[in-house]
Amino acid sequence: MIYALRRLGFFLFTLWIALTLNFFLPRLMPGNPALAMMSKFHGELSPKAVNALEILFGVNTKESLLSQYFGYLHQILTGNFGTSLSQYPASVSSVIGSAIWWTFGLVGIATILAFALGTFLGIVSAWRRGSKLDSVVPPTFVIVSAVPYFWVAMVLVLIFGLTLHWFPSQGGYYVTTDSPGLNFIFFQDVINHAFLPAAALLITTIGTWILTMRNTMITTLAEDYVRMARAKGLPSRRIMFDYAARNAILPNLTGFAMSLGFVVSGAILIEYVFNYPGVGFMLLQAVSSEDYPLMQGLFLLITVAVLFAILVADVLTALLDPRTRTAR
Amino acid sequence: MAMPVSGVPTETPVSQAPELGSARAFGRIGRAVRLNRKATIGAVILGIFILIALFPFVIAHDSPTQDAYPAQLGISTAHLLGTNHYGQDLFAQLVYGTRNVLIIAFTVGLATTGIAVLIGVAGAYLGGTWDNSLNVVTDVLLVIPLFPLLIVIAAYAHGGTTPVLILAITLTSWSYTARQLRSQALTLRNRDFLEAARVRGERRLYIIVVEVIPTMTSLIVASFLTNALYAVLFASSLQFIGLGDPNTVSWGTTLYWAQNNAALQTGEPLWAIAPGALIAILGAAFALLNYAFDEIGNPALRPVRKTRKKGAQPVGRGQRG
Repeated sequence: MIYALRRLGFFLFTLWIALTLNFFLPRLMPGNPALAMMSKFHGELSPKAVNALEILFGVNTKESLLSQYFGYLHQILTGNFGTSLSQYPASVSSVIGSAIWWTFGLVGIATILAFALGTFLGIVSAWRRGSKLDSVVPPTFVIVSAVPYFWVAMVLVLIFGLTLHWFPSQGGYYVTTDSPGLNFIFFQDVINHAFLPAAALLITTIGTWILTMRNTMITTLAEDYVRMARAKGLPSRRIMFDYAARNAILPNLTGFAMSLGFVVSGAILIEYVFNYPGVGFMLLQAVSSEDYPLMQGLFLLITVAVLFAILVADVLTALLDPRTRTAR
Repeated sequence: MAMPVSGVPTETPVSQAPELGSARAFGRIGRAVRLNRKATIGAVILGIFILIALFPFVIAHDSPTQDAYPAQLGISTAHLLGTNHYGQDLFAQLVYGTRNVLIIAFTVGLATTGIAVLIGVAGAYLGGTWDNSLNVVTDVLLVIPLFPLLIVIAAYAHGGTTPVLILAITLTSWSYTARQLRSQALTLRNRDFLEAARVRGERRLYIIVVEVIPTMTSLIVASFLTNALYAVLFASSLQFIGLGDPNTVSWGTTLYWAQNNAALQTGEPLWAIAPGALIAILGAAFALLNYAFDEIGNPALRPVRKTRKKGAQPVGRGQRG
């Protein structure tokens, strides 16, 4: 319990650092970038929005840096992330809210699939050590894991989207013909559009799960209790899953909890290649249209998601493995 | 790729015996690279890229930036990869781009590893307040999502020239290595040979540089490889999404222009696919070398051999005496 509280304290501290970075970065850069942004959107904004922006970026203000800082913290902590400039007059929170479900759906499902499939392949590969499967699968994915995400995405677009025309390769649905809502055609189109980006994610992330599982399991397979189980004459499937894999899965489970935090930010470039209407694509659009409030809001959201997931992973490890509790 | 984007890797236990002196350690690494097939392949690929980066003009005779030819020429002996939308020779562009990629890889790799050694080892060895404060900095950097952070930094900097990219990536991505090296150094802290050095009355700096760091050579080399790989991926990704300097000749920049002109959709797939493939191959070279180092550091992971040939003994065993 004390351990959990201490971790929580650390994460609040890190969050504060992230907020502070958000505050100081635009102010430290040569020629406050926010100034250029403000003059670009001049005349299109309501006085209230201008005021909120001035607090966020410290423009046109005679206040000291310190009081600016507290004003900024106050504004963020009360949930006001400002107004999106590229989609004025929508607030940053509502713009993010419209994109996040796309990312949750796409990256969330791909992450779960990659974890389940990867862990299973890792188990089998360690169990049949030295077999054909084991000599092909791990090295292949070591190499694949070094390949840039976005390149795999491009290759998939080229082959299955543009050459074979099996799947659509741009967007989250047919913007011109579909009416978003609860109807079968829309649903089907969404699945179709998600197929290639999900495949790209699966291909590039599955290797880590396979390798971690395989390497931990090889260590557990050498343990005495596994030999004991063999001596008892238990069926090998039982030894494989209930004895060896069960004890080896911990690193993968905590890794899984952690990767759920990266669902929000993990597919920025894939969403970019596919023009997928999720959070990552939105972040890049915010960058290219100099919509700094939206960019800051997204960066905070991503950081919070990651911090929360790591916290969960930490607590999970402590719950599942008593040794880590005493060790600290 | 276990890409940067999804930061915070799980900590892997590193089990290595201390060796004597870094010259020996490097000798051991050299032998290991020769004997491990994965490492040999990785080293050869990396070597070829280094040669290309040093002498690009030997194999590419065209200018990488001049719009000298008709647009969208196909593959031919004069233009091995054809020309792009602007009439630039794609092959020349990629060959000349190698240098920028490798400069980023090696500079960032060396710098991050250097910072990590300094912070990780010094913290572990000095202990106390130093260790605590360095630890907090490391921890914070370890959990902040790096790629989004880099995007934000590059956005405020209005696009990163190569030095800006190097600086930003270096400053943000040393924490994982620092953590690894710290755990390794902690296990060494109370070893006899360090005790002996202390009794001899050596200065702390001397002990850290001459006694502690050489024992960790293989871990440091492995960290360098990982950091170089991530530097390539980070930098190319940033250039790809238009946050680099669009005038730099680099694989990432080529990708950016290809994406900007919808190369895939307009029948110029090579323009987009080729630079990505090069990044993938270079990344694979780093990853193969690294995987081999894992096997060297942790004998349990080595492939099982049915018959052991003379002289093909796994490295690292029986050489410590």
